[in-house]
This record gives sequence, C-alpha cells and structure tokens, in this order.
Amino acid sequence: MNRQDLKTIIYAEKAKVENNKYKHKIGVCCGAGCISSGSEEVLKKLQEEVTTRGLDHDVEIIPTGCMGPCNQGPLMKYLPDHTIYQKVDCSNIAAIVQSQIIDKKPIEHLLLFADTREKPFRDAREDPFFKSQLKIVLRNCGQLNPERIEDFLVHDGYQALDKTLCEMSPEDVIAEIKHSRLRGRGGAGYPTGLKWETVYKYVNDQKYVICNGDEGDPGAFMDRSVLEGNPHRVLEGMAIAGYAIGATKGYAYIRGEYPLAIKRFETAIKQARKMGLLGTDILGSNFSFDVEVRIGAGAFVCGEETALIASIEGKRGTPRPRPPFPAEFGLWGKPTLINNVETFASISPIIINGGEWYSEIGTPKSAGTKVFALAGKINYSGLIEVPMGTSLREIVFDIGGGMQGGGEFKAAQTGGPSGGCIPAGHLDVKMDYEALTNLGSIMGSGGLIIMDQTSDMVDVARFFMEFCMDESCGKCLPCRVGTKMMCDLLQKICDNRATQIDLDRLEELAIYVKETSLCGLGGSAPNPLLSTLRHFRNEYQNRLIRHEQKDQIEVPSNIQV
Amino acid sequence: MKSGSSLLDAELHKTDPRVKLIAAKLKKENFKPDALIEVLHTAQNVYGHLPLNVLAYISKALSLPPSRVYSTVTFYHFFSLKSKGEHTCLVCTGTACYVKGAQVILNEIESKIGLRPGQVSADNQLGIQVARCIGACGLAPAVVLDDEVQGKVTLGEIINKIIDKMAAK
Ligand SMILES: Cc1cc2nc3c(=O)[nH]c(=O)nc-3n(C[C@H](O)[C@H](O)[C@H](O)COP(=O)(O)O)c2cc1C
Ligand code: SF4
Ligand code: FES
Ligand code: FES
Repeated sequence: MNRQDLKTIIYAEKAKVENNKYKHKIGVCCGAGCISSGSEEVLKKLQEEVTTRGLDHDVEIIPTGCMGPCNQGPLMKYLPDHTIYQKVDCSNIAAIVQSQIIDKKPIEHLLLFADTREKPFRDAREDPFFKSQLKIVLRNCGQLNPERIEDFLVHDGYQALDKTLCEMSPEDVIAEIKHSRLRGRGGAGYPTGLKWETVYKYVNDQKYVICNGDEGDPGAFMDRSVLEGNPHRVLEGMAIAGYAIGATKGYAYIRGEYPLAIKRFETAIKQARKMGLLGTDILGSNFSFDVEVRIGAGAFVCGEETALIASIEGKRGTPRPRPPFPAEFGLWGKPTLINNVETFASISPIIINGGEWYSEIGTPKSAGTKVFALAGKINYSGLIEVPMGTSLREIVFDIGGGMQGGGEFKAAQTGGPSGGCIPAGHLDVKMDYEALTNLGSIMGSGGLIIMDQTSDMVDVARFFMEFCMDESCGKCLPCRVGTKMMCDLLQKICDNRATQIDLDRLEELAIYVKETSLCGLGGSAPNPLLSTLRHFRNEYQNRLIRHEQKDQIEVPSNIQV
Repeated sequence: MKSGSSLLDAELHKTDPRVKLIAAKLKKENFKPDALIEVLHTAQNVYGHLPLNVLAYISKALSLPPSRVYSTVTFYHFFSLKSKGEHTCLVCTGTACYVKGAQVILNEIESKIGLRPGQVSADNQLGIQVARCIGACGLAPAVVLDDEVQGKVTLGEIINKIIDKMAAK
C-alpha cells in the first residue's frame, strides 16, 4: 500500500462516518476493570436489546477501552452527547435504550456519579472528574474500538507515520521530539529525543526498538490501559521510532499478567501488517519495520532495561552493569532503543501537532501530560491524565472526588517500590519530576495510591521492602542480602521488638544498599523506607522499646540471650 | 504423567496431544534456543505447570543444558514446577489491594479454608496463590478465581465463592 491508498481508505472510512449511517452511538467500556465488573454481559444484552427493537441500523455499538472511572463500572457512554451511565446492569439496559434513544432523555439516577454527586452531569465532560484532565495519550481511549484499525484511522491514526515517512528525514523526527521536551514515562524521565539521537548515531546494520510494557509497579495500570484501549497508537509510535533511529525490527515486551493487552496488541499487529502499515516498504517509502510480542514471565526486575533484554533473549532476567548502555550494546549486542508504552503513545500527537505545541504543556522542566493510575482510599479511582504540574490536591479532591468514607488524607504513594510518600502537608505540590524528587519520592511510572489515617506507614515501608526482597534477582550482594536484612528489621519494628540501635542500623543499611547496588531495583529499594522516615519518623519512634523497658521483654525460650 | 519424572528423562508420549502442542511451538520457533521462554509459556499453558520430564524434552529440543532450562523456570514467578490445583484462587497483594485489606482476605482464607499462599489442598482441588497487581487496582481488593477477576471483594462473598468452586469440581 502506498500513501495514496492509505488516504483513499481513510476518506472512505470518514465518509462512512459523515454519511452517518448510524444516528446513535453507544460505547460500552471493555477495559479490564469494567470487564471484571461484568461489561461483556452488558455488551451482549445491549446488542440483543437493540436488535429486538429493530434499531440495528440506527444504533452503533462500540466496545471501547478504559473510559477512566474504573470503579464505577461497567460504564456505557452515549454519543454524541457524552452521557455516561455507571454500574450498568443487564436489568436496566432496556430502560436506558428506551429513555435515551427513543424518548431522548437520560435517566438521571443511573448517570455517572449519580450516587455521590448532588447533581450528576448529562455531559460527562462537564464533570470535575473529566474537566480537570487533559487527554493526549488517552485521547481516543474509551472512544474507539481497539480491535478495529479502521476506527483508529478515522481518528487520525497512522497520520503521523505517514507524515514522518513521506515528509520528514530521521533527523527531522529526532529534532521534533527533542523540541517537544518529552521525557521517558517509564520512571527515570530521561529526555526521549536525546535517547533517540544516541541510538541513531551508532552505525550498525541492525538496530532494535523495544517497547517496555512490563509495568512492574504493583498498583499501577496505565500501560495496560493504553495497550488495551489504543494499541495502534503504541505501534505507530514504535514504527516512527524505528524510522528515526534506523531500526527494522521491534519487540513489545508485555507483562504475562495482562492477557487482554497481549491479545489486543497482537490483533493490532496483524491488522497493521495486513494494511501494509508494518512490513516491507511501508507506504511506498522503502522503510521496513515489523513488531513481535514477547510475553513477560512475572519478574519485576525485567522492567529494568538490561534485564528485559536478557529476558527477550530467552535467559534469566538479570541486569548487567552499564555502560555499555543498550543504545550501544543492546538486544543481541545491537544498538537498541527502549522506551515505555506511554512514551511511544505520546509520539504521534507530537509529530502531528509539533514539538512546540507539546513543550508548552506542563512545567518548564517536565513537558506534556502524565497518565496516573489513581487507587487506594479515594472515592473515584481509575485512570486519569493531567498536565505535568497539576497539584496533588486537585488530583485527589477534584478528580478523585475526595477521600473514601470521609477519611482523612494521610499520604499519597508514588513510584511504587522505588518511590516514596507525599504527606498531607505537601498536598499542594505541583506534580512533576523535579518536585517529587525534592520531596524524596519519584514520579515513577504513574501509580498513585492514596492512603488515609488507617494506613500504618511503618507497615507500608515493610510491605515495599518485602516486595523488593522477593523480587531481587540475587545477582549482587547489597540488594540480595540488604533487602532481607532491612525487611527483618522493619518486621521487628512492626512487632514492637526493636530498639533505637535497630533503627540506626536500618538507616545505615539503607544508605549502603542505595549506593552500592548494581541496578535500579536495589538502588531504589530503600526509597519507601527513607521517605516514610523523613515524613513519619514519629511512627517509627513510637514503636521502639525504650531502654528502661528492655528488661520487661519476653524472650522466646529458643533464643539465647 | 508418570510420577518421579526427572530432568534427565526426556521421553514423552509422542501421541499425547499436549506434547504435540509443544512440538508445534518448537517447530514454529525453529528450535532456536532463545525461544526458551516462549516455549515454556506454551508448555505451562497446556500442562498447567511444568513437569520435569517436559523440561527435559524442551532442553533436548532446544539444545540447551537442563540446568539452563531449570534455572530459567525457577527464576520467573509465572512458571511453576508443581501443580497449582484444579481450581485456583489468586489474591492480589499489590499496593492498591494491600491498602484495601488483601492481607485480611488471606487471613480469612487461611482460617476458613486452611490454605496459605502457595499451598494446594490435599485433594488437589484448590490452590491459593498471590500476585503483585493484576492491573485491576481501581477495583481493589481483587481476587482471580479460575481466570475470572472479582473486583471490590468482600470477605463473606469470596469465601462462599471459593467453597462453591471446590464443591462444583
Ligand atoms: C527495577 C526496575 C524496574 C523497572 N520497571 C519498568 C517498567 O515496568 N516499565 C518501564 O517502562 N520502565 C521500567 N523501568 C525503567 C527502564 O529500565 C527504562 O528506563 C525505561 O523503560 C526507559 O523508557 P523511557 O525512557 O521511555 O522511560 C524499570 C527500571 C528498574 C530499575
Ligand atoms: S540490585 Fe538487586 S535486582 Fe539489581 S542486579 Fe543487584 S540483586 Fe539483582
Ligand atoms: S475499565 Fe472501564 S473505566 Fe476503566
Ligand atoms: S494492586 Fe491489586 S489489582 Fe493492582
């Protein structure tokens, strides 16, 4: 297929939409969250209802990706009005179809947030949950059918690839990405354009592009939702990267725990190949690129780039020292570009709208938007996207609808096992890479867990340390032994058996492990501990045995004193 | 599968449909050693776990030392050398579920059903597992019963569902 053929297909698809074969559209959220709340039955029932009423030619039903407020699922969205119904049950579908489509008025008490807001919004875009968001990465997620490439084409899909291949040189693409000031969304926030340029400069007959979809942070589901809700967007980003750095082959490494994401991404690859958007001589440009999926086998450390490469090569996923960096010596020893799912999903909008446009969103040092997986003790948990620099207060209270059960905000955890906590005193922090680092936490990949007064911060530190201990690959001593020792000491504090000496030793150990571990897992394992110590030291202190109490401790009979 | 299989015993019944599936995967991957993890995924899918003689068969087919195969299997959480039970109950212990009381669910399962994570009931009917986040954090706490995700789980309800599963066979 060449450029003209693609245009013809897009025109034909757009014409179909404009001729408006269907008067009404109903999207049913088929993201992983809503599926577990039963949205597949809802979809089936809706289909039946529409058929029974003979409305097949008027109503188009679209199974979509995640719409955002996952814990209100199953969700159903009526277009063009953007009216969202929540907690849809097979038993109220007939009523919704009758009221919304036939009588043309929504059923107020079934609308999104009807049970918690005084007056729910008929146009969900007006609701504070959506109003404070800016969707770039998630723009079409929850709107199009992720299993139909045609839907994506209508929404400007593959237009950015077309533009790069036909109008831009690899140097132009890299310059545009550099200009956008996009930073990697996998955690460390390394400037994406710079990384692309580095790989581009290594001359080799074979280079690779890898998409990191391992999403190891336990408590995060951004990458999953993007892969499930708009897989073609990620694929397009990978192809553009391939063109820019001179690679012909890409791998998407997706967590084994995400079967739906794997299935949808594989479907996307097949469709793109069939349309000639992957394969040889793409759009008549001489550029060839293909992508394969590799399924992760459940090891957090495989999110680390060198471990991930080992895993794709079929080996144990253990990190190796860098340099050489993957940009020089990566998959099978070839120059390799590794980026996160969300990073790739940000590429096409930048190419289409220009780097300048993107760089003006967000804060001076952190441009663009960030997707967060909002969860924990909050009213509306789910998937959100906000400009960098949005305050935590806005996220928790405007978007998230405040604390669940009227609880008191105690802390927000960001960055998972490599991150830290933001206490209530810093609710006004503008969320970007620098601000979070200054508070002793990190942006991480975007997991945002809200905790209330019932969370015990020492136990939170123990929880993450136990995670790192379990996930340590064992290659280097500081991490293998250090995480175990720190975990034991934290358990001792949790059990009220520790003294000041134990706490001092714990802090000393934390610094050693942080500074001497081989990879980022060990290097950041002490972060949750250090961060809770920084903001909640009294919770540790209160648990210590004071000197004069020492004689009163019961010593188990099997321990020699 | 015969008992007492070993890493050195690569004999499998060629007519066993499960073996055929693995053989097909091996062929598709061109017997390339770097396809090891891909092949292990297939084998675990068809057997439910990875018996030692199946590992021996794979190691021979891919020309890899048995130690390499074994060490790879034991490195990744996804692969299991032991049967996980006819029915599985996987409790998410990721951060969102932890904050919403995953430990309480595990304690309840232990007290009512008598199984701890990693254990399988004596009749092999039920196995309890834990996972670090299944990506349904918005619905925490989450439990997966036989591949079906249960969100916003409450204690009584989940225990009843597990008991029903065990009874249903
Ligand atoms: C222990 C560890 C786990 C990681 N897990 C992930 C992950 O799950 N997803 C991810 O994209 N990056 C992860 N990273 C970061 C990657 O190594 C790498 O920096 C990233 O994929 C680069 O992409 P980016 O530049 O687009 O952010 C992890 C790093 C470490 C040290
Ligand atoms: S720091 Fe931990 S995970 Fe990283 S290489 Fe060392 S032992 Fe392995
Ligand atoms: S999965 Fe339906 S809203 Fe997120
Ligand atoms: S933490 Fe349990 S599903 Fe993510």
